[in-house]
Amino acid sequence: MRRDGVLANYDPGSLFCEMLRPGEPPNSALTLLRERLRNLPVESLRQRAADAERDLLARGITFTVYSDATAIDRILPFDLIPRVITADEWQTLEAGVVQRVRALNLFLHDVYHDQKILNDGVVPRELVLGNAGYCRAMAGFHPPHGTYVHVCGTDIIRDKAGRFLVLEDNARTPSGVAYVVENRHMTLRVLSDLMAGLRVRSVDDYGLRLHRAMAEIAPGGVSDPQVVLLSPGIYNSAYFEHVFLAREMGVPLVEGRDLVVEDGRVWMRTTAGLTPVHTIYRRLNDDFLDPDAFRPDSQLGVPGLMDAWRHGTVAIANAVGTGVADDKAVYAYMPRIIHYYLSENAILPNVDTRSCADAEGLAYTLAHLHELVVKPVAESGGYGLLIGPHASAAELDEFRGRLKANPANYISQPMISLSVSPTLCGEGVRARHIDLRPFAVTGRDTWVLPGGLTRVALRPGSLVVNSSQGGGSKDTWVLA
Amino acid sequence: MSEAISTNKHLIARHAGSALWLARYMERIENLARLIDVTKTFARDAEGGRNWLSLLRINGDAAAFFEKHAAPEATRVAEFYLLDAENPTSVQSAIRSAKDNARTLRALISTEMWLQINVFQGRISALSAIDIAAEALSGVCAMLKEGVQAHTGLTEGTFYRDQCWHFYMIGRHLERADQITRLIDTKFDALMPTAVADAVIDAGEWNELLRAAAGYHAYRREYPHGYVAREVAGFLLLNAAFPRSAALSLAQLDWHLTTLRSRYHLRGCAQALERLDHLRTMLASQTVDDILGRGLSPFLDWVQTEVAALHDDIVTQLCGG
Repeated sequence: MRRDGVLANYDPGSLFCEMLRPGEPPNSALTLLRERLRNLPVESLRQRAADAERDLLARGITFTVYSDATAIDRILPFDLIPRVITADEWQTLEAGVVQRVRALNLFLHDVYHDQKILNDGVVPRELVLGNAGYCRAMAGFHPPHGTYVHVCGTDIIRDKAGRFLVLEDNARTPSGVAYVVENRHMTLRVLSDLMAGLRVRSVDDYGLRLHRAMAEIAPGGVSDPQVVLLSPGIYNSAYFEHVFLAREMGVPLVEGRDLVVEDGRVWMRTTAGLTPVHTIYRRLNDDFLDPDAFRPDSQLGVPGLMDAWRHGTVAIANAVGTGVADDKAVYAYMPRIIHYYLSENAILPNVDTRSCADAEGLAYTLAHLHELVVKPVAESGGYGLLIGPHASAAELDEFRGRLKANPANYISQPMISLSVSPTLCGEGVRARHIDLRPFAVTGRDTWVLPGGLTRVALRPGSLVVNSSQGGGSKDTWVLA
Repeated sequence: MSEAISTNKHLIARHAGSALWLARYMERIENLARLIDVTKTFARDAEGGRNWLSLLRINGDAAAFFEKHAAPEATRVAEFYLLDAENPTSVQSAIRSAKDNARTLRALISTEMWLQINVFQGRISALSAIDIAAEALSGVCAMLKEGVQAHTGLTEGTFYRDQCWHFYMIGRHLERADQITRLIDTKFDALMPTAVADAVIDAGEWNELLRAAAGYHAYRREYPHGYVAREVAGFLLLNAAFPRSAALSLAQLDWHLTTLRSRYHLRGCAQALERLDHLRTMLASQTVDDILGRGLSPFLDWVQTEVAALHDDIVTQLCGG
C-alpha cells in the first residue's frame, strides 16, 4: 500500500462507508477495487479529475445557472471515486423500486377513479383532494396500461447501519439520468484502469428502454409510433439532459411551438408539413403543458394538448397530475399505500416521517426541533428545509414561528446520518455523504436502470446533495 | 448492397432553419477573418484607410461603424469586427448565433461538431484588445480561419447526411454566393471605376482580392499570364471549379434542393428551385463580357437580391418561417 495512495489518509470514523464496509463478508470485486485505490497516488487522481472537468466543460455536459441577466454553464462536479452497489444490494433495491412504482401507479389510478383508499380511510381524503398536485381534470381518465409514472426517480439514502431508506419519490419529471450515463463514459475515458476486469452492469441502454416504453403507450393501431421529447427550450437548466435523451432515443427534440393540435390530434411542424405525433415524453411541468387547460400565459405549451390526450389520440409521459403521489405529505403514507394495493410490506422502508398537519405530529416536531429535519411539503431541490442539529438557537426560534403559522406545510423526520464515500476534496480524500436516485422506466412493465445517480454533498459534514446546493455526482457501479 | 437511408424520418422545420443558419454564421466568420487578414496585409501604405473602408462597405457596415468611430483605422475596424459584441456583424455576434443554433441542433449534429463549436466560442469570446494589436492580428485571423475549417472538416466527416445536412449545406452555399458577389461588387467598384475591362491593373490589388476569396493559387494556375479584370471577374463569378464562385455555389444549392425534393418529397422546394433555375440560367447564358457590357454592378445587385430571395423562399416554405 502506497503512503500517497487514495485511501491512505482516509478515515470515515463511525459513519457507514460504502467503500470500506468494515464487518461485511469479503467481496472479491470490492477487495480488488480497494487495492487499486490504495495503489493509485492521490496526485494521479487529481490530475485525472482536472482532465475530466475540462472535458465536461468542453463537451457542454452542463446545467445552466441563471443569475440576473447572465446564464452560466456549470458542470455538475464529478467525483471520480465510484460508488459501488453489490449484486445482492441491487436485487433488493431493484425489487423495492419496482414495488414502489407499482403502488404509485395503482394509487394514482384509484384517486382519479373510485377513491377506494380514501373511502377506506387509509389516506386522509383532504390530504389527497386538497393537494396542490391533485388534478381534477384527470378524474375518470384511463392512461394506457394504467401507467401514470413512466419515469420515476426514487431518492434513497443509507443510514449508519447500512439500511437503505426511501427519502422521496419523484414522479413528475425527474432529472439526472443523463449524468448516470455520462459519468460512466467519463470513468471509461479517464479511469478505465480502475474498472478493468471487474464485472460492472452496463448503463448504456437507457434510451432504448425509454423509447420502447414510449412506443408501448402510444395510441393503439400505430405500428411505428412517432415519439418526441418536449423541452422548454435551449435556455432550460436541464437542456443538456433533454438533448441527451432525444439523441439516445433517436427522436426529435421539440418545443411547444413545433407542435399543433388540429382535428383533435397532435402534429409536428416538419419540412414536409404537419406530420402526426403519437407519444410525447415531456420535460415540461404540468402547469405549462397546455395554456387552454392550465396557465393561459404559458408560451411553452401546446394549446389543446390536454383535450387530444383525453381523447386518446396521443400519449403523454409522465401523466398530468402525478404530483399528488410524490408529495412529501403523501410520502408518509407510502408504506400503508403499498400494503393496501399489493398486500406486501414495503421492501424499502420510509424514513420515519411525521406530518405537522396533525396535532400530534406538530407537537412532537416542536418539542424535538433541535434533533429533526423539517421540510416544506411543496418544495424540492433542498430549499427551505431546517436541519435541527446544525441550526443555531435563533434559527430554531425563527423556524418554530414559521412552523406554527402553517403547520400543514411541513413534515419532520429524524436526522439520518447518511452513508459516506471517499471523495476527492481540496485537502485530500475525505468522507462525504451520498445518496442514490435509481431511475425506473414503465410502459407495460417496469425496468430499472442498474445503479442510478449517486449524488455527493461536497461540503464537509453537509447532508444536502442537491446540485443547486453545491452537490456533485459519482459513477455508480452495480456489480454483476 | 448499400443500405438506403430512411426517408420517412421527419425533420422539424425549425431545426432545418437552425442548420441553415449555423452554416451561414460559420461561413461568415471565416469570410470575415479572410477579409481582415488580407486588408491588414495590403493596407500598409497610404491607401490603408481606403482599404479598411472598403472592408466596411463589403459588409454594408459603413454607417454603423461611423456611429461609433471617427475614422476607419485598422485597430478600430478590427475592434468593430472582432471584439464588439454589440455589432451584429462581428465575429462575436456570429459565433454566439452559431452556438445558439448548434445548441438547438445538439441532438442532430455530431458530438464532435458540438464540442468544437463550444470550445471555439470560448476562444473567440476570450479575445481582447491585446489580440487585435497590429502584430497579433494575423494570428487571430489564422485562429478564426482554422476554427471554421476544423468545423467544416468535422462536418464533412461526421455529420450524418440526412435532411438536416442538406439544409446545413444550403446555408453554406447561400452564404458563399452572397459573399462572393459582395466582394466582387465592392472591389471592382474601387479598382475600375471607369469599367476598363481589359485594363491590366496593379497586381497587388488583385492579389489581395483573390486571396480574400481563397482563390489566388487557382487563379494563377488558370490564368498564368497576369491579371485582367474581366478574367478575374469571370473566375470569381462563373468558374465551375472554384469552390466559392457564384456559379458553383448555386450549382451545389441546386443539387441539395433537388435531392430534398426527390428523395424526401419536400414540396416546399418548388418555389426556390424555380427561382434558382432562372438565376442559374441568367449566369450560364452570359459570358463575362456580356455582363461587363451591361454593367457589372447592377447585375451583382440583382444576383444578391435573388440570393436573398432564395433564402426567404427556403425559410418560409420549408423552415416554418
